[in-house]
Amino acid sequence: MRIVIAKPGLDGHDRGAKVVARALRDAGHEVIYTGLRRTPEQIVRTALDEDADFLGISSLSGAHAFLFPRICELLCEQGGQDIIVFGGGIIPTDDRDDLHNVGIRAIFGPGTTMEEMRRFVEVAATRRTDGEPTGVGEGGDWVWGGE
Amino acid sequence: MATGYGAESEPVGELLEAACSGDRRALSKLLTSVEDGVESRHSLSIPHNSGDGSIIGITGAPGVGKSCLVDRLLKSFSNSGKRVAVLAVDPSSPLTGGALLGDRLRMETADDDPNVYVRSVATRNQPGGLPVRLGLMAEVLVTAGFDLVLVETVGAGQSEVRIVSVADRVLLVEAPSRGDEVQAEKAGVLELADAIVVNKSDLEGADRAATDLRSALDIAGNPPPVLQVSARNGDGIEELAVLLLGLPSRGGASMARWRERLLTAWDAALLERQDLDEVLSALDSGEFDADEWVSRTLSD
Repeated sequence: MRIVIAKPGLDGHDRGAKVVARALRDAGHEVIYTGLRRTPEQIVRTALDEDADFLGISSLSGAHAFLFPRICELLCEQGGQDIIVFGGGIIPTDDRDDLHNVGIRAIFGPGTTMEEMRRFVEVAATRRTDGEPTGVGEGGDWVWGGE
Repeated sequence: MATGYGAESEPVGELLEAACSGDRRALSKLLTSVEDGVESRHSLSIPHNSGDGSIIGITGAPGVGKSCLVDRLLKSFSNSGKRVAVLAVDPSSPLTGGALLGDRLRMETADDDPNVYVRSVATRNQPGGLPVRLGLMAEVLVTAGFDLVLVETVGAGQSEVRIVSVADRVLLVEAPSRGDEVQAEKAGVLELADAIVVNKSDLEGADRAATDLRSALDIAGNPPPVLQVSARNGDGIEELAVLLLGLPSRGGASMARWRERLLTAWDAALLERQDLDEVLSALDSGEFDADEWVSRTLSD
């Protein structure tokens, strides 16, 4: 899979994003890391130009409630509805439903194991191959709930 | 799939047409199908590149500043109204097949400039350190209307030489303090480069490095130009951009180019064989050895 890992907004904490990038690389995926402080527009362009299968976005600053939905909206506007989006960082439980509603299929918080992330990618990729709605703009109510 | 361009759902002719009319999403889907071997030169009816200098290989050892230099060049080309694409190659893990593609991170222009398209490419453990389909990817970009395609290599080993099979001009990037004048005498990509830059010219030792290179190359005759630039402060970038737009081929590399193209095609044919896994297991179990298999296959 081709996976873009992105850090939107002004938050400068990317240890988590880098660990995730590394773990997905070790699981055999091609991972493109955007670097810090990208705008939603830049992240969407990277995901589209790189023909990503997955886009992982990380935020620890509290700006996820604005930035994550904006990224999903732009992806859908620009033909990236089939890209599978997942999020991570410090995301309060109360905010998660709103993020799932804009098409984000999984939210990974502190304590998530790398094995779980790898399983998510595997399961979501299989769903896509089977033609089940999994991309950010494909609707349906599937979200990752662990196994 | 309900949405977007699906590689399965969109006929390739339409994708190519959309890519040529400036649809970036169609272009990126098309490049994926070329990279994955779904589409070929034949299925796309793309002729071999004319060798007019529109595909430029950028090579040099890791850490000499290739990606930062490419970013500076992108800004300069874009400012003069050129559309430029980059294929940035990074290595895949020989153990897992995974890759962390990090060149794009150093190219600020990659995510904003409408004249610029950057695509990260993993080597996928192809022999020679260059993906076998890289050449066709570059030619798709030329066909899609980019004035220039820059191909940035991994910068190590055989990929430095094999780049001539893909690019019609080669820019070798050097940096100060990479060795004494004897390093500059060594054979290899130095002989194939159409131009050489010493990057990091703001650092001590850059003048010396450029002088050593020039004096080594002068002995052979028909030396390539040697420029000094600094990707950090921008010195010399405009001159380099102008040089690259009209860079003549030194010509001497023509046989080497065909040799590398033949090897690339040969490797591709080998790796695409249906029975590759069986051959590998037979080799592993000692049923025959590699030389035997090759000579038997060649005589078939």
